[in-house]
Amino acid sequence: MLDQPAWSIASQLPLSVTGLCFNAGDTVLIDRLDLEVSHQGVTVLMGPNGAGKSLLVRLLHGLIQPQSGSIMWNGKRCSPATRLHQAMVFQKPVLLRRSVAANIDFVLGLKGRATLARRDELLMQANLSDKASQPARALSGGEQQRLALARALASNPEVLFLDEPTASLDPSSTQAIETAIGAASERGVKVILVTHDAGQARRLATDVVFIHRGSVAEHCSADVFFQQPASAVARDYLAGKLVI
Amino acid sequence: MIMQDFAEAFRLAFGLVAAMDADLIEIIGLSLRVSLAAVFVAAVLGMPLGALLATVRFPGRGVAVIVINALMGLPPVVVGLLVYMALSNAGPLGFLQFLYTPAAMIVAQSILITPIVAALTRQVIEDMNFEYAEQFASLSVPWHTRIAALISDARYALATVLLAGFGRAIAEVGAVIIVGGNIAHLTRVMTTAIALETSKGDLALALALGIVLLVLALAVNAAVMSLRASAQSSAHA
Repeated sequence: MLDQPAWSIASQLPLSVTGLCFNAGDTVLIDRLDLEVSHQGVTVLMGPNGAGKSLLVRLLHGLIQPQSGSIMWNGKRCSPATRLHQAMVFQKPVLLRRSVAANIDFVLGLKGRATLARRDELLMQANLSDKASQPARALSGGEQQRLALARALASNPEVLFLDEPTASLDPSSTQAIETAIGAASERGVKVILVTHDAGQARRLATDVVFIHRGSVAEHCSADVFFQQPASAVARDYLAGKLVI
Repeated sequence: MIMQDFAEAFRLAFGLVAAMDADLIEIIGLSLRVSLAAVFVAAVLGMPLGALLATVRFPGRGVAVIVINALMGLPPVVVGLLVYMALSNAGPLGFLQFLYTPAAMIVAQSILITPIVAALTRQVIEDMNFEYAEQFASLSVPWHTRIAALISDARYALATVLLAGFGRAIAEVGAVIIVGGNIAHLTRVMTTAIALETSKGDLALALALGIVLLVLALAVNAAVMSLRASAQSSAHA
């Protein structure tokens, strides 16, 4: 049985971003970005390399502080407190040098919810029950990412950020990750996913945010985005043209 | 002539060990007790200090890191002299009556190896923290849990750090001969015994003791290596 959702008391959503700017020296990486994200479904961030997608999710998650602009979670400024109800899976999973089960236990312990039943449930959902006692870093790439996702879900987040979680994974591993993402979304977890994979975006996205040169070039429902993208840059991207 | 000395040394070394020479066992025992106690003290003081320097940002941290790194090269005779002055009857710690006892040797060795343990711990933990930092921030891991997790996950690398400290301690002679005095059956350890036999011209016995010391160091290294190997094949790789 899943824990009572942490967000049943106070929702973090909607997310409202206004005039967000982030520079590295003289280089503008996020340029006066505005964005509204609602409660429902999977919001996919797409765009060419260097567009600022990964940087944006780090800013939204509060791992990096912007130079200007505001990030408001249901009217509250982004802070360490808002991060308590969020989790993130990185492109390259950072697993503790411990067993698979101990990686889950670490997060459950942080939240004061360390029970064998909950750990076993998460491992079963990740299809890693038979590898519970193995070293986490000895798992295959796909298994490591499944464990990273299970560990993120162990914190029972309201918002789950995923930064290209299936990059360099084979189709079966990708499918397993997508199934887990879909299941989390159905349970009410708000998913914000960065991906280059248009097929994955079609399969998972409720809405798509197309980022180009640090700004939102387009934000619309997934159906509209894939059938009639409004921006020229998104049309070129979907057509497989080089977008710089 | 030199080859004869080596041959005699090996013969003596095996003879001493085979006969379980009481004096030799006493010297080895004291050497191990003093050095292991110093390693324990260095671990208790140096590891948390190193972990703190690796994970917490505070004004003066850079200077502290430079000082700790510089102290790794502390000259043993200078440490021996300072500890001697501190522990002598006229010194501020003279009331402890530690001078010419194993306790004084432990103090001197601890001062020598604590910076080594702290500096190497900082490096090990800092490298791992660099890797874990973003994940820990994402999970909002409290600082004390973060340090505990880093030390736990780095424990096999830290075992090697302690081994480096032990190596420095067991091979040290300059400080312990000043504060211990190389008194037979009281403060004579392997290195001071070697220094004494060399000064007496008994090179073969000195060399024999040196061989035993080397074998001890090899045994400790082998033990730590096997620990690491078993760790890599266990759940903690």
